Amino acid sequence: MIDEELVQLLTPEGERVDSTEYESSLSGDEIFGFYRDMAIVRRICSEATSLQRQGQLALWAPVQGQEAAQIGAGRALAPTDFTFPTYREHGIAWCRGVPPEDMLRIFRAVSNGGWDPQKYRHSTPTVVLGNQTLNAVGYAMGVQRDGAEEAVMTFFGDGASSQGDVLESFVWASSFNTPIVFFLQNNQWAISEPSSLQTKIPLYHRAHGFGFPGIRVDGNDVLAVYEVTKRALENARVGGGPTLVEAYTYRMGAHTTSDDPTRYRIDAEVEVWKHRDPIERVKALLVHEYKVKATAFDEVAAEADVVALKLRDDVLAMDRPDPLSMFEHAYAASHPLVEEGRREMIELGIGGSSH
Amino acid sequence: MTTKTMTMAKALNEGLRQSMEKNKKVLLMGEDIGKLGGVFRITDGLQKDFGEDRVIDAPLAESAIVGTAVGLAIRGYRTVCEMQFDGFVYPAFDQIVSQVAKLHKRTDGVYTMGLVIRLPFQGGIGAIEHHSESPEAYFAQTAGLRVVSCSTPNDAYWMIQQSIEHDDPIIFCEPKSRYWEKGEVDLDDPPCGLFDAVVRREGRDVTLIAYGAMVKTALRAAEAAAGEGVSLEVIDARSLAPLDLDTMVTSLEKTGRLVVVQEAPHMASIGSEIVAELTQRCFYSLRAPGLRVSGYHVPYPPSRIEEEYRPSVDRVLDAVDRVMGFES
Repeated sequence: MIDEELVQLLTPEGERVDSTEYESSLSGDEIFGFYRDMAIVRRICSEATSLQRQGQLALWAPVQGQEAAQIGAGRALAPTDFTFPTYREHGIAWCRGVPPEDMLRIFRAVSNGGWDPQKYRHSTPTVVLGNQTLNAVGYAMGVQRDGAEEAVMTFFGDGASSQGDVLESFVWASSFNTPIVFFLQNNQWAISEPSSLQTKIPLYHRAHGFGFPGIRVDGNDVLAVYEVTKRALENARVGGGPTLVEAYTYRMGAHTTSDDPTRYRIDAEVEVWKHRDPIERVKALLVHEYKVKATAFDEVAAEADVVALKLRDDVLAMDRPDPLSMFEHAYAASHPLVEEGRREMIELGIGGSSH
Repeated sequence: MTTKTMTMAKALNEGLRQSMEKNKKVLLMGEDIGKLGGVFRITDGLQKDFGEDRVIDAPLAESAIVGTAVGLAIRGYRTVCEMQFDGFVYPAFDQIVSQVAKLHKRTDGVYTMGLVIRLPFQGGIGAIEHHSESPEAYFAQTAGLRVVSCSTPNDAYWMIQQSIEHDDPIIFCEPKSRYWEKGEVDLDDPPCGLFDAVVRREGRDVTLIAYGAMVKTALRAAEAAAGEGVSLEVIDARSLAPLDLDTMVTSLEKTGRLVVVQEAPHMASIGSEIVAELTQRCFYSLRAPGLRVSGYHVPYPPSRIEEEYRPSVDRVLDAVDRVMGFES
C-alpha cells in the first residue's frame, strides 16, 4: 500500500516503515497488548455474529477489519477523555472498559443504550448517522469552559461524512477551537454505497477547508493509528483545537447481519484487503522483531475464547426486560401521560414482578 | 380483471415501475436504492432497467435527498424520495416543512411540489432504535402536505402510482411489518381514490378505525369480537391528511361507538383528530366517548418488548368492551 498521503509505520507484511513525521513509541510488551486487544475484539465480533445467526441477537454490526483503527485510537485515549461512538465502535468500547455483554444489549434488543456512559466516559452508541458529532463538539465546548485538560473524540464513517450534522460539527469545532478529534473510519462502504459516492477527494482534505488539520493514517496499522491519534488528542488537550483523523480501512464483513454485500461488491476487492489484515501484520512484527513465541499467541487465542464463552453465557442469560420498564426514564420528572400508560399496562395485567 | 398475488414490497416495486414507464420525468432517489434495491428491496431491479440517471443512489444525507427533490420539482421532475427508515427522516424535516409544504403557496401556485416521500413506518420487525417509529402526525399537522398509508398490496400498488401522479407533495407511509405479506393486486383498476377511506369489514356495534399495520390488528380484533357476539365495522383510513370523514361519519351514525387504533402515541395524533372530528359531526349519534388505542407516551422501546407497546388485539378488545359497556 504505497500512498504518500498515508501515515504508515507498519507494512501489511509487518515491516517497519520510517516515517519522518511519526515514530512508534511503543515497547514490545505494549505492542503485544494491542495484539491481544485486537484478537479479543475480533473474537467478540465472531461470537456476536454466531449469536445473531442462532437467533439470540436481533442484529449485529461487525467490526472485523477495523480492529487496528479502533484499538489504536482507543488506547491513545486518556481515562479522562470522553468519546461519542456509533454502533460499530466495539473496539473503542473494549478499550474504555465496557463489558462485552453490555455492548450486546442493544443488539439483543433489550436496551437502547447498554451501559453507564459516565462510568466509562464512553457515550452510548448513536444510530442516526452523524448526530453524535455535534453532541461531541458541544461536550468539548463544556470542557473548554471548565478549563479542563481533556480531549473529546467522536467517531463516524465515510457514509456519515455526507451528513449535514457532520459538516456543521466541523464548522463549530473550528469556530470555537474545541478540544476534539474527529475519528473518521473510512471503511470504503456505506451499506451498498462506495466511498467514491460520498466524496471525490480524500476525506481528510475536507478538514483544511474548515480551518483545521486533517491527516490520513493507515487504519489497519495499529502503531500508526496510535501515534497519530495520540498526538491529535494531546494537541486538543492543550488548546490546539480540532483534528480530523481519517483511518483508511475496510469493512471486511457486511454492514450488519441484515445486509448481503454479495449484491454490490466483488470478492476480489475483499481479497486485496485480506492481505492488509490489521492483526496479522502485528503478529508478524512480534515474531520477527520481538521473537514472541507461538505459545504466547495461543494463550491470547485461549483467553479470547474464554471471553467469548462468557459473552455467550451472559447474553443467553439476558432476559427480556419487564415491559413496565419502558415507562422508566422517559422523562426526568413525573409526567401524566407516562403515568397513565403505566397504569393502563398494569390494569391489563402486563409486566411487573408477578410475570 | 387481471389480478396477481404478490407481497406489498413487490406491489410497491411494480407500482413504481408503472409510474416510471408512464412518465419519463419520474425519478427515484434514496440511500442504497440502486444496486442493492433498497434495504427492503422495494426498488429491486429498477436501476438496472431505468438507469442511474433515474434511480439515484444518494450520498447519505436525508436533508439533501428532499432538498434536491424540491429543485428537481421546480425543474419539472417528479422525485420519489426513499427515507431508509422512519427514524431517519428528521434531518429532512426542515426541507419538508419549510420548502416542500410551502413553496406552492409562496410562489402563488407557480411551483408545483409534485414529489413523494416514502417512509417505511411503524414497528413490529424486531429492529433496533429509530427503525420502528410512527412520525405521521408531524407531517399531517403541516399545511401543504398530504399523508397517506397503505395496508394491502393492492393499495400499495395503486396508491404509490396515484401519489406520484398527484400535484401536491405526499408523505407515503408504508407499514414495514406488512412488506412481506401477500395479497391480490388488481392490475387494471384502482380500488378507489387516493384520499378515500375504505370499509374493510362491515359491522353494527362499533366503528374501528385503523391505518397501516394496525388494519390487520383491527381485523383480527373484529374476528375475535364476532365470536363474542359483538359486530365491529373496520375502516382503513388510508388517507391521514386529509381524512375521509364522510366514510367515517356514515359508519359511526350506524354504530354510535368509535375506537381508533394507531401505533403512534395518542398526544396530538391522527387518532385524536379522528375522535375530535367525529365527536363534532356525530355528537347526537354517539353512545359512548370515542377511544384511542395507541402506543405509549415513551420513546419506542427495545424491540424485545415492542409488542407490549404496539396496540394488541387484547388492547383493542378492551377498548371495545369499554365503549360497549358505557352507560351515560
